[in-house]
Amino acid sequence: MTDLLTQITIFVLAILVGFEVISKVPATLHTPLMSGANSIHGIVLVGGMIIAAGADNPLSYTLAFVAMVFGSANVVGGYVVTDRMLQMFKKKPAAPKPAAQA
Amino acid sequence: MDIDTLVRLAQLVGAACFVLGLHLMNSPASARNGNLLSAGGMVVAVGATLVDLITRPGGVSGFGWAVIVIGFAIGGGLGLYTARTVKMTAMPQLVSLFNAVGGGAAALVAIDDFVRVAGSGQTATVSTTIFTVLDVVIGSVTFTGSLIASGKLQGLISGKPIIFPGSRILTIVLAILAVVATVVLVLGANGTFAIDGTVSVLVLALIIASACVFGVTMVLPIGGADMPVVISLLNAFTGTAVAMAGFVLVNPVLIISGALVGASGGILTKLMADAMNRSIINIMIGGFGGGEGTMGSAGGGATQVRSVSADDAAIQMAYASSVIIVPGYGLAVAQAQHACRELGELLESKGVDVKYAIHPVAGRMPGHMNVLLAEANVPYPLLKEMDDINPEFDRCDVALVVGANDVTNPAARRPGNPVSGMPILNVDHAKSIIVIKRSMGRGYAGIDNELYGNPKTGMLFADAKDGLNQLVAAVKAL
Repeated sequence: MTDLLTQITIFVLAILVGFEVISKVPATLHTPLMSGANSIHGIVLVGGMIIAAGADNPLSYTLAFVAMVFGSANVVGGYVVTDRMLQMFKKKPAAPKPAAQA
Repeated sequence: MDIDTLVRLAQLVGAACFVLGLHLMNSPASARNGNLLSAGGMVVAVGATLVDLITRPGGVSGFGWAVIVIGFAIGGGLGLYTARTVKMTAMPQLVSLFNAVGGGAAALVAIDDFVRVAGSGQTATVSTTIFTVLDVVIGSVTFTGSLIASGKLQGLISGKPIIFPGSRILTIVLAILAVVATVVLVLGANGTFAIDGTVSVLVLALIIASACVFGVTMVLPIGGADMPVVISLLNAFTGTAVAMAGFVLVNPVLIISGALVGASGGILTKLMADAMNRSIINIMIGGFGGGEGTMGSAGGGATQVRSVSADDAAIQMAYASSVIIVPGYGLAVAQAQHACRELGELLESKGVDVKYAIHPVAGRMPGHMNVLLAEANVPYPLLKEMDDINPEFDRCDVALVVGANDVTNPAARRPGNPVSGMPILNVDHAKSIIVIKRSMGRGYAGIDNELYGNPKTGMLFADAKDGLNQLVAAVKAL
């Protein structure tokens, strides 16, 4: 029971930390924020690894395999696309595009 | 210190990196490093799990390793490829897709755990059963719901609200079914009555099936312009499902990460719903009465509109001292963000003060318009949030509206129509207004925009991209 209580405590505190940290993010960055948060929930990959390690029958292996594919796509894709977006946010355009004068 | 403690500490480091990474997202200057820090945390957490698996007594079977490695290679490859090639306009459907797979993976983890315990002849504890069912329900709803949302955004499924006869009754029946099945499982775990392992797996299958169908019937009736709310909500769901998976596996890093994502999705859902002045429940129940221009006009009668030529509009803007550009989803649809930036730069080179007014629900996900304009090289300090830019319309010479409709409708300030109370951009306060629009068609709310009848407004009838290109050419010719 104390174990469960500890877990619930962690859960509640993490939600509060999340609210505190995220409510300061400006609207400009809401899409990268959501995409970044998306990559974080890719941590479910760890869950996929744990069930794959414990699998001992075809059903378990199948479930673990699909979970691994899903989780990995989530983690890798999420971080890469967030980085792609964030590098576009610049104070000044890096080089004035020739299109502006042409 | 034993390996297990070290692994847990390393996972805690990972979780701390997630929090700090999100914290660095509060400014565009530090956001990229924040994302890298978060990715670093992920590597640490996954690496620690690997060490844990390698050193665990009995080890992992060869087949188990194959599943882990091949699964990672395939999923990672797919993720990498999509992330590198996706267009910025397609970002909402990609985020939605990642929601789907994240939620799906979380559900699978709990399903596996449940089936294993049931198969071994043991009974799960009441708390584990509750968390398992919550994980499975939320994860499955997110999985199918996000797939539908993604299909709608991609245009594979009609973006209009889809309502079929009996859909509401079906939703209610599904919800009741899931609740009853849950009660059966929980009472079984409690020992109130004996429940066979096979039967309990069948009951769980029933819960999975009804949750999957529920996800579909929940998202189908929701229209395109409500998508920012739906995506945010599904994001919150995925986070919660992952946290529940953490409870099932007794893994704190899953609980912390899931809770963080749940909180972020929750905040964004609230912000988006507020920006449309609609309750989340109202959006979930379905679009504005079908969304198909069935509503009567708010102003009443045909409005007189004045159309303006590109040359006249160009003169007005080029000789103005300040111009505010108001981009909407129409700009994204027409892929006109580059033309928009070109016009902005051209005006700036003529000494005009140019800013961009971004409504919170411009685009199909929170902050979508900012990303599109950033991609087109518009410097982010010029992108202004609604509350910051609204007072500036009073001092602005020309407001140029491109592909935005309902969010500029002054009717929102009056009660008694579908947009009443919705926060809007004060475009009508500008000294002069130019609207680029293909036709007098109505926006999502299905009512006429009173802005177009305003004597200060000139309509430039064109596709967003054509219109902007005409303006660019006309300003250059001056």
